[in-house]
Amino acid sequence: MFDVVLLSRLQFAVASMFHFLFVPLTLGLSVLTAIFETLYVKTGDEDYKRAAKFWGKLFLINFALGVVTGITLEFQFGTNWSRYSMYVGDIFGSLLAIEATMAFFLESTFIAVWHFGWNRLSPKLHALSIWLVAIASNISALWILLANGWMQHPVGYTIRNGRAELESFLAVVTNPFGWMEFIHTVSGAYILAGFFVLGISAWHLLRKNEVVFFKKCFRVAATWVLVFALFEVFNGHLHGSEVAKAQPTKLAAMESLWETQQGAPMYLLVIPDEKNERNKIELFPIPGMLSLLAYHHPSATVKGLKEWPEEERPPVALTFWSFRLMVGLGFLFAALSIWVFLKRHEIEKNRLLLRLLPWVIPLPYLACELGWMVAEVGRQPWIVYGLMKTSAAVSPISPMQVGVSLMAFILVYSLLGLVDFYLLFKYARKGPEAPATKVSTALSPATN
Amino acid sequence: MEQNIFQIIWFILWGVLWAVYFMLDGFDFGLGMLMPFIAKNDTERRIIYNAAGPFWDGNEVWLITAGGATFAAFPKTYAIMFSALYTPLLLILFALILRGVAFEFRGKEESPVWKTVWDICLVVGSFLPALLFGVAFANFFKGLPIDWKGIMHGNTLTLLNPYGLLGGLLFVVMFVVHGALWLTVKSNGALKQRAKVVAEKFWVLEVLLAIIFLVATGFFTDLWANFFRYKILLVIPALALLGLIAIPGFLSVGSYWKAWFASAATIVFTTAFGVAGLFPRLIPSSLNPEWSLTIYNSSSSPLTLKIMTVVALVFVPIVILYQIWTYKTFSEKVRPEFLETEEAY
Repeated sequence: MFDVVLLSRLQFAVASMFHFLFVPLTLGLSVLTAIFETLYVKTGDEDYKRAAKFWGKLFLINFALGVVTGITLEFQFGTNWSRYSMYVGDIFGSLLAIEATMAFFLESTFIAVWHFGWNRLSPKLHALSIWLVAIASNISALWILLANGWMQHPVGYTIRNGRAELESFLAVVTNPFGWMEFIHTVSGAYILAGFFVLGISAWHLLRKNEVVFFKKCFRVAATWVLVFALFEVFNGHLHGSEVAKAQPTKLAAMESLWETQQGAPMYLLVIPDEKNERNKIELFPIPGMLSLLAYHHPSATVKGLKEWPEEERPPVALTFWSFRLMVGLGFLFAALSIWVFLKRHEIEKNRLLLRLLPWVIPLPYLACELGWMVAEVGRQPWIVYGLMKTSAAVSPISPMQVGVSLMAFILVYSLLGLVDFYLLFKYARKGPEAPATKVSTALSPATN
Repeated sequence: MEQNIFQIIWFILWGVLWAVYFMLDGFDFGLGMLMPFIAKNDTERRIIYNAAGPFWDGNEVWLITAGGATFAAFPKTYAIMFSALYTPLLLILFALILRGVAFEFRGKEESPVWKTVWDICLVVGSFLPALLFGVAFANFFKGLPIDWKGIMHGNTLTLLNPYGLLGGLLFVVMFVVHGALWLTVKSNGALKQRAKVVAEKFWVLEVLLAIIFLVATGFFTDLWANFFRYKILLVIPALALLGLIAIPGFLSVGSYWKAWFASAATIVFTTAFGVAGLFPRLIPSSLNPEWSLTIYNSSSSPLTLKIMTVVALVFVPIVILYQIWTYKTFSEKVRPEFLETEEAY
């Protein structure tokens, strides 16, 4: 039952899902912090400097775990998936190496410059350093998603010397699948960071802490979230049609579509019954909608799961529910972002919204994790779609080794995750440092 | 022929990346290992944290890049190296995780228990990688029991042979000296004096271990063969020894920066000694020389190597420039006043 493949998959799932609890906030909050600091440099308003410091501190707490858990991911391809690494390293490895040289160095070097440089750099140079961090972390997302995009939709390779070798670097870096994943993931990360700022600001506004300060933060985040929450719905649709083209099995699993259909409808309520290769419940159809969404034509043919032998289908229920829930959350974020945007100028009076928003913070986290479930579980049984099966990719190691390390991962990561979220809570509640002009830094933060 | 050139370029780069990584993160490890013995109170412990503060993260990226470069240029070596060393490598990763968060988390709570927990993480998280990297590299020099399919015949205990342990010990002592010298550069007063004494004492041990290691290398490995074939290469171990010999001289006249650079040269050329001795192998097989992983049988395709060469030639110099700039910007000592600021660890 517990073979190396299953244990290694579990370990990879634990390591990557845990890593991705910290990545989206890094991607989004770095840009938001950079925006706050730029506003400070442009306007001279001390509140924006305090905003950069306050959100920057939360950024750093989050960043610490993001960095250290990222190394594990890079090395796990070698430790647990050595046959995969040998087979596709020519292409996949080079993308990871480019990520490190182009982005990680920049990110890790300048986050330290920003952290320690408040009194050593000119304000402009200091603001530049957080921009470099923001740009670098987003570039790193691009390379890693081009690497993942290649696993989803391999292009620009040829099979030679018993492995996949690079044939066209241009094809690999312009892989539309990778770019769609990048746009979708990064927008999702921006939504997450936006709701993070909105939620924490709302918590303080409800308690009348630093009202002027948090209203400024709120207004910036409200516009930000509106842009990306609406954009996400649009690019999510495009990403979906890319999946339909490149990975028809994943699409069929996402929709739990068993029979091939011309002019396939979309059912608003579906409960898949994987064992019997059918759906228990299919209610409220919108005729031709699935065909329209997937192939931009209401009478297009959509392939059902039964087109493929059972061993070539991904786990249907997991893929389906992850996708449904993610999409539902996406629409919720879009609706919420419009509401927030309209009320942003008088937000302190809207107690309902202020009460609601802190509870929204975990939802984009959930949506991001679900998105990865769709992407990775939905690609099974392939590690590289159509090219290499996951079962053929694993290292020649003993289940015992992986079992022990998996337990260690679960233990260490749970403890560190708890500590990290505890610290995020603590410093988010504490609020910004008091303005330098009024009180000395030694005193406790102002709560007016 | 053309492909050979790129394979050789990447072999050299591979060695350079590891050497720079050990040179940079080496002093972080040294600081961490020293802390319980050298720091007498919380202020001194914080000076040690902040002596590595602006640098450790950027230093660690050299490891990610060394790993990434192995993956990109020699995927087969990456795959076998990391799966064969599964347990030690994961121990290193967990250690690095704990060390990294120790920096960030320690100052976030006032409770002494909290601080002690992260101090332990820093010490263990510095000692384990120093030891295990030494063990791992000594075993690469010696050769791993890998068969023609790249499957390792042995376990973690196989690695803990006398030569492997000697390599581990050498790395630990080298990094302790390196970290102590960094502390002489970054601190003042009593702490600096203690760091100086530690550097001097451990230097004696380092010389001893270095000599034993060089001799043992003659018995347990065939690394010296390359050096006697191409005599010019003997410059490498000579420079390592020269750096080592120069350390106490610089220390006695108070040239702390120079002493640190001498130690950095020792680490770089010690790594280079091993790598040059390995050429053209990345990991020899101790079962059969035919099964060794070489730059010829484990490299990427010519196209990938070419593209990666361009990437490396463009970006690595840029990285080096801005990292030097960072070191210069934060070159001053960690003063007690700095610890009062909110950005200090």
